Amino acid sequence: MAFNDFINKIFGKDDKTAKAVAKDRLRVVLMHDRAAIPAPVMEELRRELMAVLAKYVDIDETASVTLEDYDDAVALVANVPIRRNRLSSSKS
Amino acid sequence: MADNTGRVIVITSGKGGVGKTTTTANLGMALAALGEKVALLDADIGLRNLDLALGLENRIVYDIVDVVEGRADFRKALIKDKRNQNLVLLPAAQTRDKSAVSPEQMQKVVSDLLDDGFTFILIDCPAGIEQGFRNAIAGANEAIIVTNPEMSSVRDADRIVGMLEAEGLKNPKLIVNRIRPKMVKNQEMLAVEDVQEVLGTNVKLIGVVPDDEIIITSTNRGEPASMSEGSLAGQAYRNIARRLRSDEVIPFLDLDEKVTFLGRLKKLFASS
Repeated sequence: MAFNDFINKIFGKDDKTAKAVAKDRLRVVLMHDRAAIPAPVMEELRRELMAVLAKYVDIDETASVTLEDYDDAVALVANVPIRRNRLSSSKS
Repeated sequence: MADNTGRVIVITSGKGGVGKTTTTANLGMALAALGEKVALLDADIGLRNLDLALGLENRIVYDIVDVVEGRADFRKALIKDKRNQNLVLLPAAQTRDKSAVSPEQMQKVVSDLLDDGFTFILIDCPAGIEQGFRNAIAGANEAIIVTNPEMSSVRDADRIVGMLEAEGLKNPKLIVNRIRPKMVKNQEMLAVEDVQEVLGTNVKLIGVVPDDEIIITSTNRGEPASMSEGSLAGQAYRNIARRLRSDEVIPFLDLDEKVTFLGRLKKLFASS
């Protein structure tokens, strides 16, 4: 056990408590429950979305599409690093 | 529908074993003690238990299926509690299943009870989201969701919120049952605020009930804890009954136990 963990435990400040883990896991599972998008559909959505984007921009393979909590709503968040703009690069 | 002001509240949870029946029995007793005319309706057909929580199991002659199938007038089927004249129970049938009653028949039973002057009708909903749930919510105009500070019951509660909303039962009230203050203090259990936060603002917290041994002993005796003074859980249920009746602001019980530096040290050495 690292010294920091030891101190945190003594002072009751364990940074990843059972409660925190439960809350994080619950948040994620509820996001998916509420959006009601099954994992295979989500993957299909990601693939098609990336295909569309790839027509216009040179995108990074590491792009991710996730559901995130947004106040009381669920948001579909696509995080897509763009290498360069295909249209402008084709003009030059 | 009847033109009176009686309230029909379904007590539901999705998950089983979180304390719906205990909650129904305790709130029923507490509301009756406050002078309300209360009818408790056990909608868990085939798995009846509300009679046990109330200690009325030996007095059942007719049940809800006898009523909907016309073998007994609903007044004849109601079991009057001898400890409090304001309280009656309409028991579930034990030998049948959920298909023995339809949502329309449930609505009829509820409307007859309202016409008879009951001011509170509490419906003890079975676990699950199938026909038993559909029946139980059919006649209700309000809902109370019972959950435990634990992942699966909170998840199920969230699902129930959505299903209730789809049926027009918006803004359900929430009871967080079986809180263990010491574990919460030690960051080992979800706190009431965590449960509220993940369920969102559509759900209004109406009570917090501690995990209390009195619930086991009082159920064993058939005397809901809210009947007698001196227990935290009983007090919590009485407070919920008062909050239900009016907008009166009654602070939530302070369940905090002192967790000391020494206690943490002890725990640390016990676990290592």
